Amino acid sequence: MTTPAISLFKRRTARFTARTDARPPWMERPTWYGQGLKVLVLGAIVVAVGYPFLIALGTSLAGKEEIAANGGYVMFPTEPTLQAYEAVLSGGVVTRAALVSIGVTLVGTALSLLCTIALAYGLSRPGTVAGKPILFLVLGTFLFTPGIIPVYLVVDQLGMIDSYASLIVPIMLNAFNIVVVRAFFQGIPDELHEAARLDGAGEITVLCRIVLPLSKAVLAVVGMFYAVSYWNNFFNAMLYINDGAKLPLQMVLRSYVLQGDTINESAMGVSSLPPSSATQMAVLLLAIVPIVAVYPFLQRHFTKGVLTGAVKG
Amino acid sequence: MPKAALTSTRSDTSTPQVPPPTGHSAREPAPPARGGKRAPTVRKPLRARLKRDRALLLLCIPGVLYFAVFFYLPLAGNTIAFQDYQPYLGFKESPFVGWTNFTALLEQPEFWSSVWNTLEITAVQLLLFFPAPIALALLLNSLISNRTRRFMQTIVYLPHFLSWVVVVAMFQQVFGGAGTISGYLAEHGIGAGNLMTNPDTFTFLLTSQMIWKDAGYGAIIFLAAMASIDNGLYESAAMDGAGWARRMWHVTLPGIRPTIVLMLILRLGEILSVGFEQILLQREAVGPDAAEVLDTYVYYHGVVDGDWGMSTAAGLMKGVIGFVLIVVANKVAHRLGEQGVYR
Repeated sequence: MTTPAISLFKRRTARFTARTDARPPWMERPTWYGQGLKVLVLGAIVVAVGYPFLIALGTSLAGKEEIAANGGYVMFPTEPTLQAYEAVLSGGVVTRAALVSIGVTLVGTALSLLCTIALAYGLSRPGTVAGKPILFLVLGTFLFTPGIIPVYLVVDQLGMIDSYASLIVPIMLNAFNIVVVRAFFQGIPDELHEAARLDGAGEITVLCRIVLPLSKAVLAVVGMFYAVSYWNNFFNAMLYINDGAKLPLQMVLRSYVLQGDTINESAMGVSSLPPSSATQMAVLLLAIVPIVAVYPFLQRHFTKGVLTGAVKG
Repeated sequence: MPKAALTSTRSDTSTPQVPPPTGHSAREPAPPARGGKRAPTVRKPLRARLKRDRALLLLCIPGVLYFAVFFYLPLAGNTIAFQDYQPYLGFKESPFVGWTNFTALLEQPEFWSSVWNTLEITAVQLLLFFPAPIALALLLNSLISNRTRRFMQTIVYLPHFLSWVVVVAMFQQVFGGAGTISGYLAEHGIGAGNLMTNPDTFTFLLTSQMIWKDAGYGAIIFLAAMASIDNGLYESAAMDGAGWARRMWHVTLPGIRPTIVLMLILRLGEILSVGFEQILLQREAVGPDAAEVLDTYVYYHGVVDGDWGMSTAAGLMKGVIGFVLIVVANKVAHRLGEQGVYR
């Protein structure tokens, strides 16, 4: 089976990058009002996306008086201070939640990637004994949804309530990601497999020595997809975790910022607290920072992932 | 992929003697003699094939286990929709009650209120959210400068990767009671009030949050479709005197029509899913009258109140309707001469 998804994608990107900056000769000069309108719309989009980030950042860095004078939020603090960050990171609830989130994300992503690679490779070789039924098993998840309650009951029966495993295992694999990785594996020329086989390599050796080194880019993207989904997940914690000490960062953010629970000194483990909106925004920023940090690396490749997954249909 | 997979499987299972043609010889431990590829080899007995593929099958085990336990087992677990499920009795001991849960459900006003809310939200989203990525893609595609376009892409894709908690928190700091814009409006005598807790404008709040978060990311696929349109078409249209508007209408939009249909089908299959996490986060602030949708109904009546059978029945109905819709939409797409999602 060839991989139409990959080849199609290559053709498309080739054209995509072949676009030049020059205006084609047949295209009319833009009118000044058309151009002006476009600049206006683009500017509005940039502001709409950037504005909330700026407020959050500014407020988290602002001092008490400034926040009070501005009625809650500050965009450009005159005297930036790191008090709010020091407070939330000094070993209280937020610090703990951040550590839980980091742990769940790291362990979860590793497990997810391992199982995704294994399954995708197992399904990528033509003519495997039970390959087709297993593939259907995976693709079937696109058509049906099991529903919240039955999944909850399964997790309950497995005794995973209130365990870190409940934050990882129920969302460990994603059929979309498996399809993307499998499509990539299938795009690797068969000659490489044959050559390795002549040298006496088994399937596992081929996977580790030949296929994986060639797939670094796609694995990076899929790994980041998984990492983002673990980091951002709050619903599993809401469903399965009752013990406050095991809550991830998103849940803490939810209770402080959305539900208006007050942040008190003892929970934070500090003697005096900066203004509450500054602490709230500091927690918000903590939840955003890892995403924004990996985003540039992610962005270089994720269009590819989205397209492979979509073309596969 | 599934399309190719589906067709080849059908032919495969109907004629089990013929091995799949591609690359099968590469899988043999010892490659056959030269030209051996052409002569169709008789398929080996199952046992030998199992032995040959054991490494691959071993690799599949964790993934298969995962899908079996966390997808297909719960899927089968939907049978508790027909039971008076009691947690201490468990799955096997709980008595079967037939359709009782369903009839009780249909008599509940709260259930119908959640259905209407779901339909209202989904209709507004279809009308206002669905075209947003297409419009954005048209705008981005019209940018001549590569640098500007890349910059804009970087900006608009980013919010997709933020969690709903973060997105709702960001909206709150702008539109909430103490929010910057609400504060500014109040100062100038326009009492918009707290938009985050207003049930009347809730649907539009949800839709604007979706647009803020996902319109950019949704534009990727349309941009790719636009990039694959032959430039010669634009050129000849321009030669014939078509301005930018006519080129957009007669070249760009027809060019991305299959993609639009595909996305519409996918959207129809999820017509009863209207952003569960997003609404769950704001249900308390807005109140269940406006913010109770099917998914939150299932969550609150099942997990929170412990009415397992009935809420599973609600979830099951939703799942079945979604499945039927995606099949029907796909059929319609085929009738219209489009590719659809699968064949």
